[in-house]
Amino acid sequence: MATYSTNDFRPGLKFLIDGEPVAIVENNFVRPGKGQAFAKTKVHFLLTGRIVERTFRSGESYEVADVMETDMEYLYTDGEFWHFMDPSSFEQFAADSKAVGDNAKWLKEQESCMVTLYNNTPISVTPPNFVVQEVVETDPGLKGDTSGSGGKPATLESGAVVRVPLFVQIGEKIKVDTRTNEYVSRAS
Amino acid sequence: MQQSTILRQRHNTFVKIRHFFNARKMLEVDTPLLRTFSVTDPYMRAMQISSSIGTHSGYLQTSPEYAMKELLASGSGDIYQLGKVFRSEESGPHHSEEFTLLEWYRLGFDHHQLMQEIYELMVLLCGPLQRVNLSYQQAFVDYLGVDPFSISLEELKLFTIDKLGELPEKLLFDNYLTLLFSQLIEPEFEKKKITFVHSFPVEQASLAKTEIVDSMHIACRFEVYLQGLEMANGFWELTDAKEQLSRFEKDNEIRKELGYPLVEIDTGLIAALNKGLPECAGVALGFDRLMMVLQNEAQINNVLPMAFTL
Repeated sequence: MATYSTNDFRPGLKFLIDGEPVAIVENNFVRPGKGQAFAKTKVHFLLTGRIVERTFRSGESYEVADVMETDMEYLYTDGEFWHFMDPSSFEQFAADSKAVGDNAKWLKEQESCMVTLYNNTPISVTPPNFVVQEVVETDPGLKGDTSGSGGKPATLESGAVVRVPLFVQIGEKIKVDTRTNEYVSRAS
Repeated sequence: MQQSTILRQRHNTFVKIRHFFNARKMLEVDTPLLRTFSVTDPYMRAMQISSSIGTHSGYLQTSPEYAMKELLASGSGDIYQLGKVFRSEESGPHHSEEFTLLEWYRLGFDHHQLMQEIYELMVLLCGPLQRVNLSYQQAFVDYLGVDPFSISLEELKLFTIDKLGELPEKLLFDNYLTLLFSQLIEPEFEKKKITFVHSFPVEQASLAKTEIVDSMHIACRFEVYLQGLEMANGFWELTDAKEQLSRFEKDNEIRKELGYPLVEIDTGLIAALNKGLPECAGVALGFDRLMMVLQNEAQINNVLPMAFTL
């Protein structure tokens, strides 16, 4: 059983707490003058998404979590599962709605995104920070508006709805930041 | 900061420190760093030295305290030492596994007199400093609203979890206190003032005498803080060999309870105490932390003479 000691702790390190995979977000070494040393951390529980403050006794060891982040191609959804393929091994993985969550709205067939596997099962799906997609639905804009003041909602081909400037029309491609849900620019 | 600047500032501070003690007719000593025994302190990890063929030759010292006390018991008089010490598994913004420590002992001083001398040294090195004196109990009452001398273990545990989030199981009473102190009290001390915290709980007495003050049993121990950093830790030194031996044995019991390796008790130190350690007070001051203050650096690595890499 491979383990990490608190001395190995650094942001991004993944291990098991009570059988649940976590990733370290933040880690600080704490050594009071003449007392027990601690690793004071923020950990991200990967299955639930919770981020909690947690203090560990320095020197304790934890089992390494078999967590891998892999770029995969999104294939399709059958309504219950979202299917992905590892382009190097051609192995396919099915992610449930818990793993895909709100990010389902960004998934576009044949495009790649990052799939986090825990014990070879997808536990989360992260789209690229920026995606370019076609607008499939939006109100006709007003002529002369170039600043995008206020804006209007637009539905993208993957299903996501973002606010866009009034001049953006159906059929145009736009660049969107998936982390903030914000329109970035027109894309040609 | 440039290495040449760091080296120059360290040098200047070394010179001032030596001048300060020389003017007080104190003897500079350089005790061995490699010794047969280490410390029983449950939370200290000494580095064990082996040759390339595996012959064990001893421990690198985590502080020169025991060796210096042997000198004191042999009649050295007032002594100071400025040199490297080693503590394994300690590295962070304020910690380096190898660091420079200034340690000194004053015959006939109690901890209050020694605190005054530290204040004088710090003013010499850092310029004018306003001084704050605070008991350990007062610090908890002022900053956290709890009394560390009357709170129960269960209350303390819940209070700490409420403040700091999830904690390891099986923490000892003083683990909660030191955690709260380092995370929630230390950062509150006024950065520009030098803060002396004294009168610790007896569980944290370590090598300090204990006494009854206002019907409270307290340890004659203090810590010094400046710019949010713990600078020094000092004791009115325990001279009772039997009491010291029993505290070392207690350390090993705690080690056993926590699953840490037991450490052989330093019989040399106990013998020195039996022979007779003169009444004295002593303190260890982190030289590199002092450099952090003087150079306004947040990372210890930025004030070391060379980048410390292992």
